[in-house]
Amino acid sequence: MTFTKKHFAGVALLLTAVLVVIFYLYLPVEIAGHVTGNIPLRLFHAGFFAVTVSALVVSALVVLTRGEYVRLQIITFARFRHLLVLLVKRDFVARYRRSVLGILWSLLNPLLTMLVMTMVFSTIFSSGIENFPVYFLSGQMIFLFFSESTTLAMGSITGAAGTIKKVYVPKYIFPISRVLSSLVNIGFSFIALMLIMLITGAPFQVTTLLVFIPIFYVVIFSMGVGMMLSSLAVFFKDITHLYGVVTQLLFFMTPIMYPVEILPERIYFLIHLNPMFHFVTYFRELVMFGNIPGFWLNIICSGFAVAAFGAGLYVKMSQQDKYILHL
Amino acid sequence: MTTDIAISVQDVSMMFNLSRDKIMGLKEYVVKALKRQLFFDEFWALKNISFEVPRGEVMGVMGLNGSGKSTLLKLVAGVFKPTSGTISVKGNVAPLLELGAGFDYEFSARENVYMNGAMFGHSPAYMKELYDEIMDFAELWDFADVPLKNFSSGMSARLGFAIATQVDPEILIVDEILGVGDYLFAQKCEARISHLLKNGTTVLIVSHSLDTIKKLCSSAILLQKGQMIASGTVDEICAFYQPEV
Repeated sequence: MTFTKKHFAGVALLLTAVLVVIFYLYLPVEIAGHVTGNIPLRLFHAGFFAVTVSALVVSALVVLTRGEYVRLQIITFARFRHLLVLLVKRDFVARYRRSVLGILWSLLNPLLTMLVMTMVFSTIFSSGIENFPVYFLSGQMIFLFFSESTTLAMGSITGAAGTIKKVYVPKYIFPISRVLSSLVNIGFSFIALMLIMLITGAPFQVTTLLVFIPIFYVVIFSMGVGMMLSSLAVFFKDITHLYGVVTQLLFFMTPIMYPVEILPERIYFLIHLNPMFHFVTYFRELVMFGNIPGFWLNIICSGFAVAAFGAGLYVKMSQQDKYILHL
Repeated sequence: MTTDIAISVQDVSMMFNLSRDKIMGLKEYVVKALKRQLFFDEFWALKNISFEVPRGEVMGVMGLNGSGKSTLLKLVAGVFKPTSGTISVKGNVAPLLELGAGFDYEFSARENVYMNGAMFGHSPAYMKELYDEIMDFAELWDFADVPLKNFSSGMSARLGFAIATQVDPEILIVDEILGVGDYLFAQKCEARISHLLKNGTTVLIVSHSLDTIKKLCSSAILLQKGQMIASGTVDEICAFYQPEV
């Protein structure tokens, strides 16, 4: 039998629902670690495990039943991989073209922001965080990557209208190239973070070597969100204005300037729904506390990343032929 | 003998929604939806077009302005997806649809050579080999590092033509650009196209110039208001076309 989109969606929904129930009932509290008696949190973890598992099952199904389609897409991607590389380079060069300090801004920006925030927070408010500069910069670095790359990706399709109207290019190339070019920035922020750690005398952790894991999660997640946003921006220009407010809300919902402990326990669930919270936590555990995050944090982070990327790719693939009629 | 067909267009139609004014915001959208003005006028740019171009042949597409010629070429180039019907194109396509398709005018000629090559699936290493030939052909050595925004339209047209034809495409799609550039460059372009033809490149060409069509093409189709009203050898179509004009 041939599988249609409806079949895939049906399988995904059913599987998720069944798995949520199973995991909710049998979730061993020991594994869950920080899953306490808090019912919504427990549901949240069960839900995430279910989403991740069913996303994997559905993608396996797609590959198995639509082998020809998948193979074609891979060939197309291989054909345009050089373009992706060149676009990433171009985005990066374009960003600093004509500025005197050029690439140095990538290093200076996080340092200066951190200086401002430290001044504000250690003199005006007392945040009660040990080594606030490092705490702040480590959170801000991850968040800034997300907000910057997705904002850039959002305008990537409308910005490339000239090209899209004249040449066939797979459209996901544009948002993905924007996200990857922001990745260079995160490298510089990381150097800035290391500098601050050195200056403030914070202990270096061996686990810092694993930072590529949370960065990988957040990159995949941002690509997914970027693909969705860029698609939406074609049909609905207003999103570009709205999104600035959304990222601001997300920023304050993420414990970047404040410790998560100051929040009342009843809104923990809300914070847990914010993907950035998990990515930031993962990153800080590695860099600041020297812990390797366990099973659950990995499941949640990869669940968010896979779900966003899958949804983004689906939106792109189903909408990309319509863009040209709206640009 | 399907293997000898380079371009196959089967029963292709293309419909556009002509919105009278572009809807830009949520408020307008809701207002218009309530007023039921969201139903656009349908416009069929092409209806039920079928033809095949055997490998190594040159086909001309003729017709008056607005007959759907450019839409047809864009469909073959993959820029548009047809509303119905199927198009299969075998081989790598170099579309010369508009002058400087896919150029980034903030960047230099050199950077655009690599970028444009990549858009057609060529690696930077391959483009590096061809770089000298391209710049020779386009006669743009003095301007290699000048941003394209400072180029004249003739200069970017030359660059576009040079890139598309130096990469030895299997299929070349040309939309009314041979008239661009001075007399000498036009001659060079024609020589280059003839050279490609000898190497077995399939060409789909749009032109209003009967001379060009007669000189280059072996077969032709004639479009009128989105319908294909004739197809055949170039002499038949030209004879048919002239009384129409």
